[in-house]
Amino acid sequence: MATLEVAGLEKSFGGVRAVQGVSFAVSPGEMLALIGPNGAGKSTCFNMLNGQLKPDAGAVRLLGCDITGLAPRQVWRLGVGRTFQITATFGSMTVLENVQMALLSHHRRLGELWRPVARMDAAPARALLERLGMADQAARPCGILAYGDLKRVELAIALANEPKLLLMDEPTAGMAPQERISLMALTAGIARESGIAVLFTEHDMDVVFGHADRILVLDRGRLIAEGAPAAVRADPRVREVYLGSGAVTGAH
Amino acid sequence: MLQVAGLSAYYGRAHILDDVALDVGGGEVVVLLGRNGAGKSTTMKAIMGLVPPSAGNVRFAGAEIGGREPFEIARLGLGYVPEERRIFTGLSVMENLEVGRRPATAGLRPWTPERLFALFPSLGAMRDRPGGRMSGGEQQMLTIARTLMGNPRLILLDEPSEGLAPVVIERMAEAIRALKAEGLSILLSEQNLHFAQLVSDRATIIEKGRIRWSGSIAELLAADEVREQYLSV
Amino acid sequence: MENLVLQALSGLASASSLFLVASGLTVIFGVSRVVNFAHGSFYMLGAYLAYTLVTQLPRGHLGFWGGVVGAALLVGLIGLAVEVLLLRRIYRAPELFQLLATFGVVLIVQELTQMVWGAQDLLGPRAPGLRGSTEILGLRFPLYELFLIGVGPVVLGLLLLLFHRTRWGTLVRAATQDREMVGALGVNQRMLFTSIFFLGSLLAGLGGALQLPRESVNLHMDLSIITEAFVVVVVGGLGSLTGAALAALLIGEMHAFGILIAPKITLVLVFLVMALVLVVRPHGLLGKPEAAARGGQGSAEPMIGPAPGPLRWLALTALGLAVVVPPFLGDYALSVLTELATAVLFAASLHLIMGPGGMASFGHAAYFGLGAYGAALAAQWLGAPMLVGLALAPLAAGVFGLVFGYFCVRLSGVYAAMLTLAFAQIAWSVAFQWVEVTGGDNGILGVWPDAWAAPKLVFYYLALALCLGATLLLRRVVHAPFGYALRAQRDSALRAEAIGINAFRIRWLGFALAAAAAGIAGGLFAYGKGSVFPTFMGIPRSVDALLMVLLGGVQTLSGPIIGALAFTGLQEQLVRLTDLWRLILGAVIVALVLFFPQGLAGAARARWEARHGDA
Repeated sequence: MATLEVAGLEKSFGGVRAVQGVSFAVSPGEMLALIGPNGAGKSTCFNMLNGQLKPDAGAVRLLGCDITGLAPRQVWRLGVGRTFQITATFGSMTVLENVQMALLSHHRRLGELWRPVARMDAAPARALLERLGMADQAARPCGILAYGDLKRVELAIALANEPKLLLMDEPTAGMAPQERISLMALTAGIARESGIAVLFTEHDMDVVFGHADRILVLDRGRLIAEGAPAAVRADPRVREVYLGSGAVTGAH
Repeated sequence: MLQVAGLSAYYGRAHILDDVALDVGGGEVVVLLGRNGAGKSTTMKAIMGLVPPSAGNVRFAGAEIGGREPFEIARLGLGYVPEERRIFTGLSVMENLEVGRRPATAGLRPWTPERLFALFPSLGAMRDRPGGRMSGGEQQMLTIARTLMGNPRLILLDEPSEGLAPVVIERMAEAIRALKAEGLSILLSEQNLHFAQLVSDRATIIEKGRIRWSGSIAELLAADEVREQYLSV
Repeated sequence: MENLVLQALSGLASASSLFLVASGLTVIFGVSRVVNFAHGSFYMLGAYLAYTLVTQLPRGHLGFWGGVVGAALLVGLIGLAVEVLLLRRIYRAPELFQLLATFGVVLIVQELTQMVWGAQDLLGPRAPGLRGSTEILGLRFPLYELFLIGVGPVVLGLLLLLFHRTRWGTLVRAATQDREMVGALGVNQRMLFTSIFFLGSLLAGLGGALQLPRESVNLHMDLSIITEAFVVVVVGGLGSLTGAALAALLIGEMHAFGILIAPKITLVLVFLVMALVLVVRPHGLLGKPEAAARGGQGSAEPMIGPAPGPLRWLALTALGLAVVVPPFLGDYALSVLTELATAVLFAASLHLIMGPGGMASFGHAAYFGLGAYGAALAAQWLGAPMLVGLALAPLAAGVFGLVFGYFCVRLSGVYAAMLTLAFAQIAWSVAFQWVEVTGGDNGILGVWPDAWAAPKLVFYYLALALCLGATLLLRRVVHAPFGYALRAQRDSALRAEAIGINAFRIRWLGFALAAAAAGIAGGLFAYGKGSVFPTFMGIPRSVDALLMVLLGGVQTLSGPIIGALAFTGLQEQLVRLTDLWRLILGAVIVALVLFFPQGLAGAARARWEARHGDA
C-alpha cells in the first residue's frame, strides 16, 4: 500500500485557484520530488498535506487512513515528520533538548510539572543525533548553530516519532553544494533503511535529479508531468515553464 | 569604483569577517562565492553600513564610506538588493519604486518606471498590485528595480538566484547583463556557480569570513582544486 | 426621540475628540511600533499649555485659536524631543521595554505639570464665536460641540491624503514595514521617525487643547484619556487610521448611550466591547496581522541554565537572613518584609508567562486582586477562617485565569497585552461599581488573620513559607517538560505545532498557573494589610509587576526575585523620603531602560559570563 495518497486536491485563495485537481501517491522508501515555478502552488500543496491549510476539495490519505483537514499536530501524531524551508527550531534550547522535546511530545509527557527535562529521554535523543552525525553538537544552543547543522537538527526532530512519511520543504535551501548532497544522501539512506516515504520540494536541480526516485512537476496549480528523472528532464513542457535551457543548472 | 580593505566585523563575540579585501572596477561584475554562513551577506551589509565594521576601510567612488549611515552611503550611489528581497508588501509596485527614487546620477541614464518595465516586462503588467501578492520571482525583480530607481553607480546584489526556478534565473542573468551594458558596476553574491559564471567578470571566494581566492572567471573554471576545496562542485 | 438624537450628537462630539488623540497614537505605533503611554501626557500638556496661552494672549479669535494651535505645536515639539532624547535609542528593545520607558515619561510629566500649574483644576475660557448653542429638533445643542463633530472627519481626511498622496506618506508606510530597508534605499529614516512623532504628538496636543472650552484642565487627564485611546486604537486595529475613526465612533456613542441604558456598568462596558471585538477579530476591526519577524530562526534568547555558584551562595545567605533576623525587628519592618515576600511571588508568577511563555500581560494585577478579593469576600460573607480564605485565593484567581486566559492567549504581542489589560479593567470596574458586595471604593475592611497567626512575626513566617514555596515550585516547573513546552511555543510556534504541541493549551494552562500563583500572593497581601481595595487590581499595580520583572530581567530565573526586592525596596524608600517620588521613579525607569535593557540580573549575568569567558 502507498504511504501517502492524494486525490483531487483543490485550493483557492480569493478566487485564484492555487491548486487544482492534484493527485499522486508516495510509496514506502521512495524519494518523490515536487518541483515547479514560483507561485505554482507547491507550498500550498505541501501545507495541505500536513494540515496547515484545509483543502477546498479532495482527500489526503496516510496508510489508507483519511487525514484531510486534521491539524498539523494531529497529523504529526499519526506519523508525518516535517522540515521547513526556513529552519524552525527552538533557539533557546540545546540541540539535544530540541530532540528531547520531540520525544517527550511523542510520549505525551509534556504536561509534567516536576521532573527536570535534563533526565528525560536523553539517551534515545542522543542516539538519534548520533545517527545524523550531530552527537558532538548536542550541548550547543540551536540559536548559534550554523545553518547546515540546523537542517540536520530539524531532520532529527522530524525523525523522533518514527514517522512513516517525511515532508521536506526545500530541504537544502541556503546550504552549500556539498552539504546539500550529503544531507540528501543521508535522508535517502534513512528513508530506504526504515521504509519512510519522502516528499520534498526543491529548487536545486542537482539535488532533484541526483536524489529523487520520481518527480512531479506543478505549474499554475496543476500537475503537468510526472515520472522518472530522465523522462521529466526531457519533457519539452517542463523545459518551457520551469527548467529552461539548462544554462544555470549545469545540465546543458 | 569600490575598494574594501581589511574589513572585519563581529557578531556578539563571534568573528564573522576577518580582514576582507576586494575591489570592483567601473562597469565590472564581481561575484563573491561561498557557502551559506561564509560571510557573503555580512560583507555586503558591512559595506552598506548595516553591520558596523570593527576595522577596515571601505572606499567608494573615491570617498571613504566606512562608519557612515546606510542612507548616506546609498545617497553616494551605492545600491543594495538584500537577500530576503524585503519588498514593501503593503505598497503597490509603483509605490515600491517611489520609495527607491533618487535624483539622477551624472554620467548615467536616469531610470524611470517605464525603462524598468522594459527591463522586467512582468512588472509592467502589475503596476498597482500590492507587493505581497507577487510571486517570489516577481518580488526579486521588483527589489532590483526598486534599487535601480535610486540611480546607483554600483549595486550590491545578494544571492538573487536563491529559491528561484531555473527559467526565472535565466531571465535574471539576462537582466544583469543588460545592466552591465548600461555601465553599472555590480558586486554579486552567489552559491550557484553556473549562474555566476554566466554574468561575472571576476570571482572572489570567501569562507569562514576570510577571502580565500580571487581571480577571473576563466581562471576559476580552470582551477579544479579551488572549486573542489571551497565550492565542492 | 429628540433626546436620543441629541445624545447621538454629543456621542459624535466625544468620538471626534477621541479620534484626534487616538489617531496620533495609532500613527506613531504604525511606524515606530512603540506603544506610547506618554501620549496621554501629551494630551494633558496640550490642555495646560492651551490654558496658559489662551489666558495670556489677547482675547478674541486670534488669541483663542492662536493659543490652541500654538499649544498643539509646542506639544509636537515636546514629542519630538522625547523621540530624539529617549525613544530613538530604544527602537530595538522589546515592546514592553518601550512601553515602560514611556510610562516613565508619564510619571515625570505628571510631577512636572503639578510643579508648574499646581494641583487644582483650571477652567479655561470658551471659544469665541462658538459660545452659544443652536436649536436642533427643538432642543438646544452647544455650537462648540457641533464644531468638534466637524473636526474629526476633516483631520481624518487630511491624514489619509497625507499618507496616500504624498511621497512622505509613501516613505512612512514603507518604513512601517521595514525601516532598515528604507534607510538602505537612501532615506534618512531618523528624520522620518522624528517627523512622525512630531505629527502624532501634535495631534494629541490638539486634542487636549480643544478640550479647553469643554471641561476643566486637571492632572488626571493623562491616564483617563490614554486608556480610552488604547481601547480605540486596539479596537480599530493597530496602525489603522480608518479603524481608529470607526472605533472612536463606536466608543463615543457607547459612552453617550451607555449612561442612558446601563448607568451601573458604564466603566465595564467599554472594556467589554474591546474584549468582544478582539475575541471576534483578533487584530481589531481593520488591523492586519503583524508580519512574522524576518529571519524566523526561532529566538536566540539565552538558555536557562543552572545558577552560577556565587548567585547560589548569595541566595542562600539572603534566605538565611530572611529567616534569622525578623525576630529582632519591629512591626513596621515585619510588614514591609511580608509585603516583599508577596511581591517576589507576584513577580515570579508574571515572569512565568512573560519569560518562558513569551506572552505580554498588562493586567496581571487582576489575579493578584482576585486572590485578595477571593479571600476577603470569603471572610466577609462566609466568615471563613484564614486558611480557607488563603486556599480560596489561588482558586479564585486560577479560575478567572482560566476564563480570561482562554481569550488572551489566542492573541499575541500588543493585542494580547491590551486584552489582558481589558480584563483587568473589567475586574477593577466590577470591584469599584458593585458596591453592595465589594464595598466599592471603600473596599472590604477587617480581613485579619486568625488568632494564631495574628502576631506580625508568625504571619511573616507564614507568608515567607508560602511565597517562597510557590516561587520555588514555579522554578521547578520551568525546568520540567511543561516549562520547556512553554518555551518551545515561544521560540517557534511553527515547530511546536509540527511536533504535536498544542500551543494554545500550553499557553492557557501556563496563564492559569501564573494567575493562581499571583492569587496566593494577593490573598496573603490582603490578610497582611487587613483590607482589600479596587486599587489592588488597578493599572499601576500591573505596571509594578512589569517593572519588577523587567527590572530584574526577563531572561533569567533569578530576575523577578531580584527585581521584586529592588523595586519594592526603592518605592518604599522614595515614598518615605521625598514628595517628588514620581519624578525620581520615572527617571529611574527611563535610566533603567536606557542602560540596563537586560535588567539587573541580566546585566549581572552578562558581566559574570564575560569575566569567566564561557561562550
